[in-house]
Amino acid sequence: MKDNKYYRDEVPENNPTFEVDRRDFVKLLGGGLFIYFQLGEFLTGVAAEAAQQRSLPKDYNAFLHISEDGTVTCLIGKIEMGQGIITSFPQMVADELDTPLESVKMVMGDTELCPYDAGTWGSLSTRSLGPALMAVIAEARGVLLNLGSENLGVAVEELAIENGVIFVKNKKNKKIGFGQLAQGKKIEKYLDVKPKAKDFSEYKIRGKSFTHADGIAKAKGEAQYTGDFRMPGMLYAKILRPPSHGATLVSADTSEAEKLEGISIARDKELVAVLHRDIEKAEAALAKVKAEYKFDEMKVDDQTVFKHMLEFPSEARVVKSTGDIATGKNSSNQILESEFHNSYVAHAAIEPHTALGFMEGDKVVVRASTQTPFGAQDGIARELGLGLDKVRVIAPFLGGGFGGKTMFRQAVEAARLTKLTGKPIMVLWTRKESFFYDNFRPGAVIKITSGTDKSGKISLWDYHEYFAGARGSDTIYDVPNAKTTSYSARNVHPFLTGAWRAPGNNTNTFARESQIEMMAAKIGADPLDFRLKNLKDERMIGVLKAVADLFGWTPAKSPSGRGYGIACGFDAGGYVAHMAEVKVDQKTGKIKVIRVACAEELGFCINPQGATIQLEGCITMGMGYALTEEVKFTGGDVHTTNFGNYQLPQFSWLPKIQTKILDKNEAPQGGGEPGIICMGGVLANAVYDACGARLYQLPMTPERVLEAIAKVK
Amino acid sequence: MVKQIKFELNGKKVEIPLEAGQSLLWALRNNFNLTGTKYGCGEDYCGACTVIMDGEAVRSCGITMEDVSGKKITTIEGMSVNGKLHPVQQAFVEHDALQCGFCTPGMIMNAYGLLLKTPHPTREQIIDGMEDNLCRCGAHTRILDAIESASKVLKI
Ligand code: FES
Ligand code: FES
Repeated sequence: MKDNKYYRDEVPENNPTFEVDRRDFVKLLGGGLFIYFQLGEFLTGVAAEAAQQRSLPKDYNAFLHISEDGTVTCLIGKIEMGQGIITSFPQMVADELDTPLESVKMVMGDTELCPYDAGTWGSLSTRSLGPALMAVIAEARGVLLNLGSENLGVAVEELAIENGVIFVKNKKNKKIGFGQLAQGKKIEKYLDVKPKAKDFSEYKIRGKSFTHADGIAKAKGEAQYTGDFRMPGMLYAKILRPPSHGATLVSADTSEAEKLEGISIARDKELVAVLHRDIEKAEAALAKVKAEYKFDEMKVDDQTVFKHMLEFPSEARVVKSTGDIATGKNSSNQILESEFHNSYVAHAAIEPHTALGFMEGDKVVVRASTQTPFGAQDGIARELGLGLDKVRVIAPFLGGGFGGKTMFRQAVEAARLTKLTGKPIMVLWTRKESFFYDNFRPGAVIKITSGTDKSGKISLWDYHEYFAGARGSDTIYDVPNAKTTSYSARNVHPFLTGAWRAPGNNTNTFARESQIEMMAAKIGADPLDFRLKNLKDERMIGVLKAVADLFGWTPAKSPSGRGYGIACGFDAGGYVAHMAEVKVDQKTGKIKVIRVACAEELGFCINPQGATIQLEGCITMGMGYALTEEVKFTGGDVHTTNFGNYQLPQFSWLPKIQTKILDKNEAPQGGGEPGIICMGGVLANAVYDACGARLYQLPMTPERVLEAIAKVK
Repeated sequence: MVKQIKFELNGKKVEIPLEAGQSLLWALRNNFNLTGTKYGCGEDYCGACTVIMDGEAVRSCGITMEDVSGKKITTIEGMSVNGKLHPVQQAFVEHDALQCGFCTPGMIMNAYGLLLKTPHPTREQIIDGMEDNLCRCGAHTRILDAIESASKVLKI
């Protein structure tokens, strides 16, 4: 059943087609059935925290609309950036409501039309919003049944729904469609929702594979990203940028730029922008602006930053503690102390940060490539001193995000400039600006002291994480004496850092899984056996066994010369285990990844093909931070400026990729992140297995590999 | 008098006034509103801006309009005919060879350029030909599969 392919032959209606505000919204959708509900109580975890920082709208939000032709419009504040919710959400809606998949349309990421949402990150769409949405739809289904019962004059218990049609169970030709029910009426229902949705056994559309609903639009080049919108009188803004972080503008002389035809200058405090209808003319004019800065930069660079981090005054927080570290030391037969470093990496989505601002009366409207349209709305309102009702943010398709577009500086810039000039302003960052202002994945240090007892069980685990982020820092292994401490501080980095696909977990999993493999090697145990012996969590054991099967693992102690590595971990509700095979060129230090196998368990999988694609993407992207990606800098001066000095994974790197998604009738979890967390660890372990060289820092550049090889010899 | 640049765009004869320093990328995006051709890096690194010029895949961000005079240009918008997908596009859709889709038009145009030159490429030739087109989402394996299957149905 799972290989059922389906794709739509028309461009799916997405937010770009909605040009109206909420008042008009009801008008635009015409009659029909509007279902409203309050989202607040469903926000859990990170989303709830973020929501509290903002006063949640007290009113009910439109969430679902059923029009007279039976079209079901689902409105959510999430955005589509390639993770595929534009495909999987309609599957959930159609399945829960018993309406054809084709009849479901999504409107996403519009602060005026969609219910509040804290942002699209942390794989929260499926695991957090999903259940809320299903509960609402289950209620909506009840409303429809009631209407059907009135209309057909039959008790609700005698009715059933199939394909958007309500019918009498024992008299199938007595029926009425959703569209007909909604006809000529404007029905508004306000729900107080108690979560109760269908059981896994009732799923018909969920659990089947579908190709991307937006695939055709994207293959045709018709899908609109922020930079693709055009408006009459639109000007491109090129903004004066400091040469480094920590530099402040002292003076700017724009006189030479102003002499160029068609150029205008917009200036507001530190913001100096050159405007022209032609982006290249604006760029050329910007080059003529003379500016002076004063510098107050941090004295640190990509080499010295790790020492700097350990010396920086920070706040320690115990994330988790079991047993006692001193007892652990005493009961250990072998003790191993290590320090791991991870470099700064960029998000580097191929679409740069972009925003188009324009005025609609006294309202500022901004289309922006942002993962947090509501956050951007807050930010703009604050910056411009406007009420939230005077700011609207719309996120169309995003050309990748990975956490980098949780920041929305470019949206604020476009808003300021449009407010200042009254004109539609497009801010499109160059690749250099996109690197400069990126919220890099933070560089980090991990220190681990661990031990094993005589029986080969882990008896001690003392883990210290400096600035990586605590996500994924708890040990996944069953250790009687374990403690995890997380260190954080403000302003430790010379520039902005932030969430990068599975934040914290890439660094933590790299360190943990390297250490585990080293412990196994120290006592001469097979690294798979060693893990299985020290794990209790059945789901983790399940993915490890599954990947061993897929890969064809045979026991051996490391380094075996085969170039095999293992890593496993837990992220965003999902369990993953990877195995990899590499070849290391001992002369050049180059690593060739031959194959990567991965088993993943995400609870119930809505769209198995979509999840597989996310996993393939994680494996491919993950090779980058493991092997080449590293932001270079001196103080606030970021030397990484374009793809010429920041190497992303390319076609020739591709290993053979084998994936397996384990199905479980458990709450569905997001699949966009877990698959990337093991890539550093699995490749580092494979390199060790190939040649006995242990890499303590990512990325494993040829220089670092050669250095590690020299230490073995 | 302003010099006019005449060329053929997606099968139609067009002309625009020459603006000093204008690249083909921004002429397409702004003068012709063909926004399927994307800006990804502006410096020849990513291939998001790839179009076909006289039968060859080129990066439109690095080509000035002066050099386009008299040339034949095909963009992603010129690939499907009467709404029907070109076999390369069709293969990308069927193989689900995209995620965010931002690199996709450039990938498709570069693949088409490759197939124009080498209608029946080996896997190695496909990898070689696509090597410098960047995809951040990691759709690579599926892109290769899509091109391989397109090469089987495409008649050049
Ligand atoms: S935009 Fe032309 S190669 Fe990147
Ligand atoms: S699909 Fe997102 S960059 Fe390729």
